[in-house]
Amino acid sequence: MRYMLLIYTDETSEPTDGTSDEATMMEGYGRFAQEATEAGVMKGGERLQPISAATTVRVREGRTMVTDGPFAETKEQLGGFFFLDCTDLDEALAYAAKIPGAQIGSIEVRPVWEGD
Amino acid sequence: MSPERLALDAVFREAHGRILASLIGGLRDFDLAEDSLQEAFATAIETWPRDGVPRSPASWLITTARRKALDRLRRQQVGTRKLAEAALLAALEREEFSPPMESVITDERLRLIFTCCHPALPPEARAALTLRTLGGLTTGEIARAFLVPEATLAQRLVRAKQKIRDAGIPYAVPADGDLPERLGPVLTVVYLVFNEGYSATSADTLVRRELCSEAIRLGRLLVQLMPDEPEARGLLALMLLHDSRRDTRVDPITGQLVLLEDQDRSRWVHQQIDEGIEVLETALRRHRPGPYQLQAAIAAVHAEAATPAETDWRQIAALYERLAGLVQSPVVELNWAVAVAMVDGPERGLTLVAPLAERLDAYQPYHATRADFLRRLGRPTEAAEAYERAIEMTSNGAELGFLKARLGGL
Repeated sequence: MRYMLLIYTDETSEPTDGTSDEATMMEGYGRFAQEATEAGVMKGGERLQPISAATTVRVREGRTMVTDGPFAETKEQLGGFFFLDCTDLDEALAYAAKIPGAQIGSIEVRPVWEGD
Repeated sequence: MSPERLALDAVFREAHGRILASLIGGLRDFDLAEDSLQEAFATAIETWPRDGVPRSPASWLITTARRKALDRLRRQQVGTRKLAEAALLAALEREEFSPPMESVITDERLRLIFTCCHPALPPEARAALTLRTLGGLTTGEIARAFLVPEATLAQRLVRAKQKIRDAGIPYAVPADGDLPERLGPVLTVVYLVFNEGYSATSADTLVRRELCSEAIRLGRLLVQLMPDEPEARGLLALMLLHDSRRDTRVDPITGQLVLLEDQDRSRWVHQQIDEGIEVLETALRRHRPGPYQLQAAIAAVHAEAATPAETDWRQIAALYERLAGLVQSPVVELNWAVAVAMVDGPERGLTLVAPLAERLDAYQPYHATRADFLRRLGRPTEAAEAYERAIEMTSNGAELGFLKARLGGL
């Protein structure tokens, strides 16, 4: 089954770019990606720009409304994702626990809607 | 009732959980398993009186239900079959030519209980699903046990089964590394099943008794699977010790609840007490005490006292104090207060329960305990008030009778 692992963290508590803390975090992500790739479950994954770069689009009654910022103000923001192909939820949860973001934020594990 | 019908009822009660677990394990689909089993039962009602009861009724039901499942899948339009269903159909068709040995039913209950108690399911759904699939209780019985409307409970079961399917919750015993974490919710549910049987919220005592046996059976399975987990042993010991008193808890003539101190100890099942204590001692040797081991130790102290007067309340109070340090629970504090009161008197007990007033205001035993302390202290007006509060919250007939008798005796 395919799962989307959505990484939610509080951007303000993330290490600043260029610091050694940031380097450590990125190393962690590198190790995770390598492990998932070697296990053959990795289908993709990206780190996202912070919400300051986000733009939200809604179409209501035929009118397109574009607003600055994320769709909702929340304590933790979507900061990246991995797309994995796992045997079952337990395997997906085990990978989720290994994502460095799980240490400071939350990983939402969502199965992909498989066509009927 | 015909002997065939009686045989069928007996299989239903004894083996429903085992049969359904085996079907779900093979079919990987709760609804398909339940529907097919229901059809198999319907067929049994028709054919057993005609052809006689099969040699192994449980195997017969499993084989028949699997055939029904196969028929159901075949009836579905080829185009509308999901990928998983097509794969299942192919597997069942292969099996048609080499059916499994009649006498061999692998026990799938353990795998299934880990599925039913998966942390990805809401806690209130875990117990309901376990009771439905492994306990074989009807939706109505479970709804009554949890005091929720039947429609609410049915909805809960539907959602849980949907999540199992859509999120890919596995039918498997977790990997070794995950076991300690995943064991907690399973133990909670097994104990809940036991308590549901033990505290008899329904008049149907036969079904209730079987809930206790089912919980103990599951407890044994858990110990077998995880011999290094002292808490699994602790839970088994706790259930064995409580269950050893089953025949003495309710007065057979009046139907009233009999207090521990008034129970006929010669009628406690001593063989079960010995087993419980042995299981507990094996657990304690690991030196990793937990809530179930401590509760079992408390039950063991009670069981070891030949008369109520010989009860080592000091040790019980000490065990409750340790338990209160492990689990933050006002209920445990209430029990600690009861034990302390047995050593130091009701005055001290009353002081200890005072800070629990707000948190336990809706908890019947809190009011029953306070009423007892006040009665023993010779404060009848306040005692009567507390008994009345307790009576308002009691639905169990035996307990109601007991409280009313105490209120009348003031």
